Amino acid sequence: MNQALDLLLVFVLLMNFLMLGSSWLRVMIRIAAFQGVLLAFMPLFIHHDGSGRVAALALGTAAVKGALIPSLLLRAMRDASIRRETNPYIGFVPSLALGALGTTAAVLFARLLPLSPEHTGTLLVPASLATFLTGFILLTTRRKAVMQVVGYLILENGIFIFGLLLLDAMPFFIEIGVLLDLFVAIFIMGIVLNHIKREFSSFDTEHLADLRE
Amino acid sequence: MGFENSLVTAFLLISALAASVFSGVPGLFMRGDLQRGQNFATALNIAGAVAGLLAVAGIFTTGTPIRIEFSWPMPFGPPVLIADPLSAVFLIPIFLISPLGAIYGEEYWPQIAHPENGRMLRFFYGLLTASVALIFLAGHWVLFLFGWEIMAIAAYFLVTTEDHDSEVRNAGWIYLVSTHTGTLAVLALVTALYHVTGTFAMTSLGPGIASSHTGTALILLAIVGFGFKAGIMPFHIWLPPAHSSAPSHVSAIMSGVLIKTGIYGLVRFFSLVPDPPLSWGGFLLALGLISGILGVAFALGQHDLKRLLAYHSIENIGIIVIGLGLGMAGRALDQPAWIALGFGGALLHVVNHALFKSLLFYGAGAVIHATGTREMDRLGGLLKLMPKTALAFLTGAVAICGLPPLNGFVSEWLIFVGLFDSVVSPWFWGAFAAPGLALIGALALACFVKAFGAVFLGTARSREASAAHEPGPWIRTPFLALGVICLVIGIAPFLVAPLLDQAVACVHPSADVLPALASLSVFPMISCFALALLILCAAFAWLFVPSRPTIPATVTWDCGYAAPTSRMQYTSSSFADGLVKLSRFALRPEEHRSRIEYFFERTASFSSHVPDFVLDLIILPSFHGAARIAAWSRWFQQGRVQIYLLYIAVTLIVLMAFV
Amino acid sequence: MNILIEILVLIFLPPLLPGLINRTKALIAGRKGPPVLQLYYDLAKLQRKKMVLSSTTSWIFFAGPVVTVAACFLAALFVPQGNLPAPVSFTGDVILFAYLLGLARFFTAAAALDTGSAFEGMGAAREVTFACLAEPALFFGLLVMARLSGELSLSPMLANPWSFGWSPGAAAALALVAAGWFVVLLVENCRVPFDDPNTHLELTMIHEVMVLDHSGPALGLILYGASLKFFVLGALLLRLLVPFSSGNAIGDIMIFLGSMTALAILTGIVESMMARLRLVAVPKILVAVTLVSAFALVLLVR
Repeated sequence: MNQALDLLLVFVLLMNFLMLGSSWLRVMIRIAAFQGVLLAFMPLFIHHDGSGRVAALALGTAAVKGALIPSLLLRAMRDASIRRETNPYIGFVPSLALGALGTTAAVLFARLLPLSPEHTGTLLVPASLATFLTGFILLTTRRKAVMQVVGYLILENGIFIFGLLLLDAMPFFIEIGVLLDLFVAIFIMGIVLNHIKREFSSFDTEHLADLRE
Repeated sequence: MGFENSLVTAFLLISALAASVFSGVPGLFMRGDLQRGQNFATALNIAGAVAGLLAVAGIFTTGTPIRIEFSWPMPFGPPVLIADPLSAVFLIPIFLISPLGAIYGEEYWPQIAHPENGRMLRFFYGLLTASVALIFLAGHWVLFLFGWEIMAIAAYFLVTTEDHDSEVRNAGWIYLVSTHTGTLAVLALVTALYHVTGTFAMTSLGPGIASSHTGTALILLAIVGFGFKAGIMPFHIWLPPAHSSAPSHVSAIMSGVLIKTGIYGLVRFFSLVPDPPLSWGGFLLALGLISGILGVAFALGQHDLKRLLAYHSIENIGIIVIGLGLGMAGRALDQPAWIALGFGGALLHVVNHALFKSLLFYGAGAVIHATGTREMDRLGGLLKLMPKTALAFLTGAVAICGLPPLNGFVSEWLIFVGLFDSVVSPWFWGAFAAPGLALIGALALACFVKAFGAVFLGTARSREASAAHEPGPWIRTPFLALGVICLVIGIAPFLVAPLLDQAVACVHPSADVLPALASLSVFPMISCFALALLILCAAFAWLFVPSRPTIPATVTWDCGYAAPTSRMQYTSSSFADGLVKLSRFALRPEEHRSRIEYFFERTASFSSHVPDFVLDLIILPSFHGAARIAAWSRWFQQGRVQIYLLYIAVTLIVLMAFV
Repeated sequence: MNILIEILVLIFLPPLLPGLINRTKALIAGRKGPPVLQLYYDLAKLQRKKMVLSSTTSWIFFAGPVVTVAACFLAALFVPQGNLPAPVSFTGDVILFAYLLGLARFFTAAAALDTGSAFEGMGAAREVTFACLAEPALFFGLLVMARLSGELSLSPMLANPWSFGWSPGAAAALALVAAGWFVVLLVENCRVPFDDPNTHLELTMIHEVMVLDHSGPALGLILYGASLKFFVLGALLLRLLVPFSSGNAIGDIMIFLGSMTALAILTGIVESMMARLRLVAVPKILVAVTLVSAFALVLLVR
């Protein structure tokens, strides 16, 4: 069971790389959606009792992460008519390199952590840290506000993976709480986006610098 | 027998040192407009080198260290020379390159053409040779420092041979400042070693010291001190200007041998540490990778031929340091194979780099001699005018890229195998250096295709280049000698393996557990493949290439353009542009172009330049900042005697109050 | 005996592969296409042709094709052909393998610069630039194989790639290496989407533009060398993709020939499905491939 989970996590990590290297917004939203769906079904691999509750929650998460949020983002993208990130603060190749470095560091760091024995061999912790880091890189180095929302989404995915570690100890409260966070964040971002758009008629966060005294 | 043998070796060594020191002296008293003094110096230099090489052979046949103690009263104990196989490996390049450089100088820097500085050049050249040899032979640290300082001064005067040029003086200053910063660290290292061991003799540290804080301080001092000389990446700042400013045979000996004194210092220091911690190995690996990759990346950005070669010295030092790092990791983890392969590869690369880099500098010198410019973008098409020089440069270029069938491949191969070996062990970090080394190799290849292509292929880009001529026999002799040695080591690496084994045994105290490189069954295979490559190439050439006169000649088919000119060729800068742009986050290339405002602009210009980021973007600005702050203190200099008297009074009062 | 068969395959099979690729592309495009054996005819024809030579060139111009074929041929001796072990194998031959290909690149690029043409210079610059980025990917893959097999020699390293015990790390690493090497195969052999082997006059291509001035037997050598290089890197990749063995030598060689054919067809399909990438995108993809290969090694050693 854990092996299949590890394989899924490898895919998650590869998607991180794709995300860092891509400039097309549509591609990135799709990848983020796909990553979300993969993550949503991961609890099924960990929780063994096979009750319907887990499955229902997995489906719910998949629907939110894989359909609802991406479709909102895609609509925002269409409304704002932005298709790609053209001029990030850190280029695509360096941010890829940064991501690879971060992933390596995460893998090594995870070896040092005093984890419970059933988690030591798996990729859960490194994948979580690396995904978190990927989101962080996207959040900090991209100019377009929509891109930053995607970064936030990835960041949350990283936290979700970490939440899987606690799955047995604590039921889904944490996860639901995080999802709620996310909703609030996207809500706020949506409002902010709209305001930026109205003010500067573009989605470039660069313009926010004009607001300083 | 053994005793007599070592007596002869000792005698040969001392006469080699003496002949080198005095080689330039008689010329000082001869007339400046005659060639005689130079011929005399060259002869003495060759004699000394022959004696030195015979002594090296003696050391290897004896196998045991030869100790020469002089009973002269000196401040820190009588001078002691110790010649062991480790010293001998380093002595090979100095006694090979020094006489070849002297021969080269007969034509490149003849006394008749340079009456104003030829005598000084040869005096310091001999002094440099002797002092470098003294460093390799010094049996205690004070003597080592003695040689170190003489070498620094001699090299300064060699770099500033053409001191009428302000650029050369500038290079000399940068060199002088950095070498003394390095010497400061070496001095601190020697003092610290004295505190730890209680003697200036090169005795080994006690167990456990290396892993303590003292050990950390020692390794950091060693890396800074020796790194400044060797040109390890953040300490390399003096190398490019100095190498490009010095006369070419001086650049060759500096790049080939002088910077290796830093490596020698490191290796000798490591041999005194019985139990190096693992972190040293890892640190050296990282340092070597940075030096290697950045060195070659900066080389790609250069358009001055000798600056390009200078940056390649930094790259090759990086490769050597990678080898050392692997060896040190092997010592820490008790992996005999890594020790043999890492140190063996590093030491062989020391010799190899001296050979092919000198060959390249001699080739570059011949080009400069013939055309008067170092700018690659003003050269081109020289292969037709200087076929022998081109062949020599090509040999050096293939060797420095680490390509078979030449010597560079053998040393890189040893290091590579050691790195690959580490991937199957629990400490797998060495393995991550292997793709880095492959990247270095591929970048070096790109860089030398660029250099060789821009200088020797295509058509001449300037009038100077089209008027070039083949150099005379004095310059071609070193070409031939070095090219043949490069080929021989590449084809028959088993010849040098026993020597390397002896040298590596000096580095690792419990040497009897080391596997012998000489017993590697792979060397014959490398020989076979090198030979097969040559034979196959010859066969294909014979089969498929018709003799040239039978072929009709036309212009280059420039995609239909009927009259291609030399200005339409790809220049060296445009060749490297892609890679420079890719690594711009590290290189920070600068571009200057004139604005084009009209459709048919009469004049337009474009130039690009890759500054050295450590020197031009960190050190010089910070020095300027320091100078600004220091300028503030000039306020005290009021120029009135009364105020100075006041200063004295204030000082006295302050002293009385506190002391 | 096996070695003899392998060397014969090595000498005579490569020119078939470009023919297969071209035929596949033609069929997909709805054309009939040139015969599969076209390159053999071309080689025979070129051997009989006279050369035309630019007066700018020197002996380096001939060294390009000659050294390329010699070096690629020797490198091919290290590569196992399917389940048959390579003709030659010794510790550390992986490095000789990679550096022989490097030697070929050096002289191909130098020969291109020898013509003094801007086009050929451009091609040479791109060739060495992309090779710099592909080389680490190749080496990370080799390291993964060395780690899995505990061998430092190419043929034993690839002897049984999928038999090292199934773990997700190892499987993912192998899959990533296979993907990485496929990209290296396409880049080093100048196939779409990294280069277009069909066009001759575009500013965007790499390998074809380097050899514009070669003609006659020299062009024949270049075409043969290019197909040999595809064969060499393809055989390397096939060990990862097709780990079957039939138990006897004849069967093994048949499997190898079949899978090589399939690889050529696959390449043809990829070429038909994809458009050439913009040139600026190529380094990006190569860096990504290198990083992913590095990630494969990290997964394995973790």
